[in-house]
Amino acid sequence: MTAQLEYPDIQASDALLSVQDLWKVFGPKAQRVPRRPDLAALDRTALYAKTGCTAAVRDLSFDVAPGEVFVVMGLSGSGKSTLVRCLTRLIEPTAGRLVFEGEDLRAADEKRLRALRRSKFSMVFQHFGLLPHRKVIDNVSYGLEIRGESKPDRRRRAQEVIDLVGLAGNEHLYPEQLSGGMQQRVGLARALANDPDVLLFDEPFSALDPLIRREMQTEVVRLHREVGKTMVFITHDLSEALKLGDRILLMRDGAAVQLGTGDELVGAPADDYVRQFVRDVPRADVLTLRWIVREPRPDESLDGPELGPDVLVREATRLVLESDRPVKVVDGGTLLGVIGDEEILAVVADTN
Amino acid sequence: MASITGSVEIEVRRPRRSVVVGVLLVAWVALYFVLRGIDTLVLGGQETTALHRWLTEHRDDVGQGNVFFDAIRIAVDHFVVLLQDLISQPSFDRPVPAIGWLGVIAISAYCAWAFGNWKVAVLTAAGLGFVGLQGLWQESMDTLSLTIAAVLLSLLVAIPLGIWAGLSDRAFKVATLVLDLMQTLPTFVYLAPLTLFFAIGPAAATIATLIYAAPPAVRLTAHAIRSVPPESVEAARSLGSTRGQTLTKVLLPMSRSTVVVGINQTIMAALSMVTVAALIDAPGLGQTVLKALQTLDVGVAFNAGLAIVVIAIVLDRVTTAAGDRPWRTANRRRRLLLAAGAVAVLVAVWFSRTYVWAAEFPSTVNVGSRIAVIASDVTDWVQNVFGGFTYGVRDAVTNGLLNPLEGLLTGSPWWLVTVVVVALAFVLGGWRGAVPAAVCLGLLVATGVWQDSMVTLASTLLATVVVVAVGLALGVWAGRNRRVDTWIRPVLDAGQTMPPFVYLVPFLALFGTSRFTAIAAAVVFAVPVTTKIVADGIRAVPVATVEAANSVGSSSWQVISKVQLPVARRAITLAVNQGLIYVLSMVVVGGLVGAGALGYDVAAGFAQSELYGKGLAAGLAIVLLGVMLDRITQAAARRTENFTTRGDKR
Repeated sequence: MTAQLEYPDIQASDALLSVQDLWKVFGPKAQRVPRRPDLAALDRTALYAKTGCTAAVRDLSFDVAPGEVFVVMGLSGSGKSTLVRCLTRLIEPTAGRLVFEGEDLRAADEKRLRALRRSKFSMVFQHFGLLPHRKVIDNVSYGLEIRGESKPDRRRRAQEVIDLVGLAGNEHLYPEQLSGGMQQRVGLARALANDPDVLLFDEPFSALDPLIRREMQTEVVRLHREVGKTMVFITHDLSEALKLGDRILLMRDGAAVQLGTGDELVGAPADDYVRQFVRDVPRADVLTLRWIVREPRPDESLDGPELGPDVLVREATRLVLESDRPVKVVDGGTLLGVIGDEEILAVVADTN
Repeated sequence: MASITGSVEIEVRRPRRSVVVGVLLVAWVALYFVLRGIDTLVLGGQETTALHRWLTEHRDDVGQGNVFFDAIRIAVDHFVVLLQDLISQPSFDRPVPAIGWLGVIAISAYCAWAFGNWKVAVLTAAGLGFVGLQGLWQESMDTLSLTIAAVLLSLLVAIPLGIWAGLSDRAFKVATLVLDLMQTLPTFVYLAPLTLFFAIGPAAATIATLIYAAPPAVRLTAHAIRSVPPESVEAARSLGSTRGQTLTKVLLPMSRSTVVVGINQTIMAALSMVTVAALIDAPGLGQTVLKALQTLDVGVAFNAGLAIVVIAIVLDRVTTAAGDRPWRTANRRRRLLLAAGAVAVLVAVWFSRTYVWAAEFPSTVNVGSRIAVIASDVTDWVQNVFGGFTYGVRDAVTNGLLNPLEGLLTGSPWWLVTVVVVALAFVLGGWRGAVPAAVCLGLLVATGVWQDSMVTLASTLLATVVVVAVGLALGVWAGRNRRVDTWIRPVLDAGQTMPPFVYLVPFLALFGTSRFTAIAAAVVFAVPVTTKIVADGIRAVPVATVEAANSVGSSSWQVISKVQLPVARRAITLAVNQGLIYVLSMVVVGGLVGAGALGYDVAAGFAQSELYGKGLAAGLAIVLLGVMLDRITQAAARRTENFTTRGDKR
């Protein structure tokens, strides 16, 4: 049930980071689990009862395109944090392939891996992982320091990113003197400082209170627009996933349940688990007209107003309800179908 | 609810166990009257067994001439002598040490200021000045040299070991096992075997001290490394840090304050051991106390004891202040001041090398002899006024409790004692208690100092009963009342930092030389640790449980006896265990003030070469007693633990 069979996406050659058949199994003699189909097929409890092992990541495959915000979502214990650590081998995967810019990451030796971590990947952590004995600016320049850059260089670069994330004026404070949101800005600045190609976020905002969280999410959207980095973003918060993610991978017990854009998850849940998951989402904010068009009935006139297929339902509501004829949904000159009052109301009133 | 179920279970069980214990004890007493005097394995003061003579003959086989141990001894010796030359002994063809008192005080105060704050710097200067005024400058500097040498060497070993144990799970397991064992051995025990390897003198003293002082540093370093948040380490790794970079830039700086706590404990342990090491001819204040104790000169002993306490307080405060220093690095103003201070220190050192008044502590004002005279006067006065009372208490306890108990232990045949103790161990701790007890008692017989061991055991048991009673009362009080805790705790902490020697002095004044003196000193020595553990145990009882008991209308006594004590049972067993070990080590030290028995045997072994073997055997006997008591109480604790968890699961 690997998801990309249902949702074929970008060709592997286009992918920046490609994950193939990835497994991470904790426990005694973990290697045998992915190798033996009979063990690989067992569910969590059965596997633990039989082998004493737990599969935190099971048989995952997906590609991340350059510049994309790829969100991995799941409840706690679904293996998403393990997954993101496997991507840079902070946790050694048990089986599978990791290809980054055409290079096999799993074949990289310790030295090459360090070099990649120093320049290509950066990570932002849930509990920030700051160094309490260093000032903000020294925390931010840590990554530059360990790759041996000169002090003036790293000061300059650190100052740049500190300004970028809105920390200016706090350079010489210690982390404990900052609020949670500010601390995570330090974490963000540290990750940006060594100008990586891929930013990995491990539930970066779940330790923050809701207002700050929203502010930080907006900050990430802004940064993505400004610096255009590829991002892999782990979260257990669906609204965060929908807000940030170009595509979302939903995980459960280490396996992929569904991979798709936000409106695909809401509009076409792959199974009951996903349906439960997205049930409380205000669908009008997520679904586009594409999801609710229908064939025009023979008796309907087709001279109503036109809208594109990627317009959100919420945005189209007023127009559709005010128009006395069905609204046409047109994609590049082709008529996809029409939308009337009842389709709109079904979504807005959420009679799912 | 769970804990209440648990306590009900305990209520049902306890009588059965105590009945068995009671029956055993009654049977023992009955048999004692029948079998008294048979197979008691008496060994007179100068008598020795074949084993002792063999040990005496072979004392040089291992130590002298062995290249490895000689090399260590010589290296350590040179290091100690170097420090002594610097601050305490006349050296480099000069009649005074390389750095005189003014220089030493300046350097010490400067270090205290740089690592801690100005308050502890003032305390350091005042403390060292006071010691000088006591007329004990050179002795204090000898003690300080030995302490510094031992601390530096033990940190040199302990911190890398601690880091290793912090990084590797396997090393951590091994280290915990070894350190736990080392901690159950009384101080005294290290000394005897070490003289075998390193002869008598400063080197052996330093090595004994470093072995005794290293464990806290290892433990706390490992603990500190392990408690660095994993995310910080991961963050460092995710940015491409090498292992070395992670260690030096993340793990070590973040463990700093806990490591400093470890260093503090190491220093305090070293200081107390250095004074005890006077027994193997270590120079310094311990020597002064020891000589005074041996000649029953309470005044001089008190004066020197006071100097030890002052040094202990200074070292403790300075390292505590160093540990409390926040992350922040020095600002510009402080840096300037530090630089200016460094210049002042250099000037002071130069003075102390140039002028006699700054090199030799002026002897015009000798507070020390006045303190000694006052202390002697007070002692005489106390003995005259309260002599009747204190001696009365002493004699009452000695005749009413100690003598019968000792008589029972020493007068019974050894096999009867063995059977009874093993049976008791089995009842209390099952096989885990009985097997070590049997092995230890068997070996005790083999050491040839059975009777002395029984005398020591009698004093230890009596003192432990008192310690547990007092510790429970104080601990429950402090555990239930925050205000009591806040004022009792500093007293307990101070009590624990004192070197054991010092405790003997006031009791010697009150009770003269006797077994009772050692017991009284042991009680005061062991009560703090027992009280602390009990108080922590009582505090750890969930508030909800106590509230539940209160809500059904329990009286305070009912809450204590039916809820808090049963729930804190494990802590209480641990308190008993620690109390026993502390008492044992003090009772042994008390051998010097008339408690005789094993402590005396060891001391005599150091002093008289023909008794060397016997002293060694007595040292071994102390270890055996310690291990046996520790195993039995641990086994009893483990039983309790299983029991509570079973109760809790319901």
